[in-house]
Amino acid sequence: MKKALLDNPRCGMSVIVKTITRLTVGLILLYGIYIVLHGHLSPGGGFAGGVIIALSFVHLMLAFGKDFAITKFSPNLASYLESVGALMFLAIALVGFSGGAFFRNILSKGTPFSLFSAGTIPLSNIAISLKVGVGLFAIFLALVILEKSKEEE
Amino acid sequence: MELHILLIFMIVSALVAIEVKDLLSSVIAVGATGFALCLAFLVLKAPDLAITQLVVEILCLIILIRATIRKDIPLAIEGRWIFNTVATVAFIVVFLFFAQLALKELPAFGYPIMAVVKRYLQEGLAQTGAVNLVSAVILDFRAFDTLGEATVLFTAVIGIMAVLRRPGRKKER
Repeated sequence: MKKALLDNPRCGMSVIVKTITRLTVGLILLYGIYIVLHGHLSPGGGFAGGVIIALSFVHLMLAFGKDFAITKFSPNLASYLESVGALMFLAIALVGFSGGAFFRNILSKGTPFSLFSAGTIPLSNIAISLKVGVGLFAIFLALVILEKSKEEE
Repeated sequence: MELHILLIFMIVSALVAIEVKDLLSSVIAVGATGFALCLAFLVLKAPDLAITQLVVEILCLIILIRATIRKDIPLAIEGRWIFNTVATVAFIVVFLFFAQLALKELPAFGYPIMAVVKRYLQEGLAQTGAVNLVSAVILDFRAFDTLGEATVLFTAVIGIMAVLRRPGRKKER
């Protein structure tokens, strides 16, 4: 079924766009994950990385049409993941109470310039990226679904 | 110097966005303003902001173009242009007068007056372990702000989902 959606010439854009998208969409997703994970070492962080991750799925949806994108990333999964991101960020804040205060950085700081350093900051980055990326993709998905349901009327 | 060129370009493209008749051209001019703002952040040596501005600008452009590309909506411009122009110029004069009074009191560019900034710069690495100080400030020192921002975004997504949800089953007549 996925194969049929992938090669269907009627949904999405032309063959050129689809071929280029197949090559680039994984790289964009990987770059977003890199920006998120290195948020405490280099410019970027959870917000920018999350938007790049959302853009990779928007790219997929623009090139292959909404039906294919929904098979990759359904609206139910989007709402689930966004709630997980928000609750994870709040949980990181609440865990700080075990060290004495809200949002206290209780994990070990580690050596500077290494990937596993800075205590809870990378975890917060991951939570915010989930929240922002999935939230913005959900907005786009809602706009597209609205258009679809208007056409059906 | 580069900053002044970018600022003039931003003002010109914002004026174009207001004055042009076609809605799609207006959206593209707004996009040009956003990308010039991104370059201005780079010139002012704020790469974090530049990356965020760039990706958010791209997403907003995609959504706006997708919303406007099919509909050929002309912009409605009222008559009464003499009154509008006079009111705008009067407002600009008043605004510039008070802004000139207020801007004299600001500290010089690049010299913050808040003592807490020095503390962040000196002790940020030792207290948080994060090399990127922007990340250290927004996720450790000022994490409450980030929590509020995340709540705002969450509320916005919930609101959009509620407004744009699939229409329910229609009542039978």
